[in-house]
Amino acid sequence: MSEQNIGQQFDRLPATSTERVVDGRPTREEVLAWWDERFGVPPDVFDGHTFWEKGSGKLWAFSGDVPSPATIEALGITFLRVRQEHWKPTTDAVQRFGQHATKNVIDLEDEQARAFVAGEDQERAWDGDWGYLIVTHTIAGEPEPLGVGLYVYGELRSQIPKGRRRNISQ
Amino acid sequence: MVLERYESFIDDFDAFRAACERSLPSVVRVNTIKTTVERARAALEAGGYAYEPCEWHPKLLRLETDSPGTSWPYFHGWLYGQEEVSALPALVLDPSPGERIFDVCAAPGSKTTQLAAMMNDTGICVANDANLGRISALRSNAERCGVSNLAITHGDARHASLKPFDGELFDRTLVDVPCSCEGTVRKNPTVLEEWSREQIKGVAGVQRGILKRAIQVTRPGGTVVYSTCTFAPEENEAVLDHVLAAEDCRIRSFDAPLETRPGVTEWNGEQFDPSVQHAKRIYPHLNDTGGFFCAKLEVEA
Repeated sequence: MSEQNIGQQFDRLPATSTERVVDGRPTREEVLAWWDERFGVPPDVFDGHTFWEKGSGKLWAFSGDVPSPATIEALGITFLRVRQEHWKPTTDAVQRFGQHATKNVIDLEDEQARAFVAGEDQERAWDGDWGYLIVTHTIAGEPEPLGVGLYVYGELRSQIPKGRRRNISQ
Repeated sequence: MVLERYESFIDDFDAFRAACERSLPSVVRVNTIKTTVERARAALEAGGYAYEPCEWHPKLLRLETDSPGTSWPYFHGWLYGQEEVSALPALVLDPSPGERIFDVCAAPGSKTTQLAAMMNDTGICVANDANLGRISALRSNAERCGVSNLAITHGDARHASLKPFDGELFDRTLVDVPCSCEGTVRKNPTVLEEWSREQIKGVAGVQRGILKRAIQVTRPGGTVVYSTCTFAPEENEAVLDHVLAAEDCRIRSFDAPLETRPGVTEWNGEQFDPSVQHAKRIYPHLNDTGGFFCAKLEVEA
């Protein structure tokens, strides 16, 4: 257990804990189980994707495969942060895979959705689990994921990154 | 004026000049990794955005607004702002799902994200750029579009390495090179003020180096598409002519859904390989777009 994360390279996640060589690195099995347990996203949604860690706790999802480690600038999309007590999906992951979620999904009306993507926190009743939620709104007749919200103490806190926040004009 | 040097080979030069002085509409491409054309159109309509589909490519929409960036469909990564004619090279490259594709000068990513969508976000699309600042723009554009089959590398495309990819050759390579950008004059009228013969000479050398390396990293029988957004034969047919003599490849003819003119076989007293006429030139007055140059090459098996 002497190997470490190296900030500038991508390492493929081990399939299971018996293949783990870096302490604290999650396994593919754990990542699939987390999406299933937290959001009801079935593991087969990720069948075409490999998972990678770059730096400590930043996971990426890549639809394809390359030799590990890979010392390149980016590999697929940023996906999940795993080195805190609660794992946190990224905006990219939720927008790309969140439509498969069946639980811990909160749907907002138009005005609330605008406030959410502008980065505003809002008071809101929610009788599900606290923690990170997938936030959706309805567009062109169907729900569509906007990003990640943190629900605590009666408040839905927008986790839209600063660079992605928008004041939707119409 | 710079463009006068092309009067000998552009028909209806007055119409060409007049088109170069008109501004271009705002065009977006629907990102089919995240939605369908129907849903994107419905979302624009619901938001009160007027648009017209481009008749030659159903995924391109001409918008009346100049600020699609603050619309819901843009926030969701359903739309990508892309000059209409720049959607052509990816169509000519014609990648399929599951293939290995290389985009050698990729940032900021309009063509890269288009290629990834044509691949249904499967296989591998390697996108390279020499400039870290532009790579950061490429990354954020690709992320907003939900592209997950992308591997981004940083380096000079003339020395592109296959090492991170098991040394395996690519099925298809897009070579959309840095150029003097004369064809973007309708978007950026100052582009011609920065023009010089020395700049063209320098950039043509870089273009030759990039295209040669692109051919070397593409498998025998594979396709390479070379494109620029400029009219200068030094950066277009002359580069192809040079590379035909240096590498095992040939220029193939292809159909384009736009009105085009053939590549020119002679310029300033210099004769080029006759097959450069299979390349296509697109002038602003032909389809009311920007200017473009596009050639399809096949690596010899």
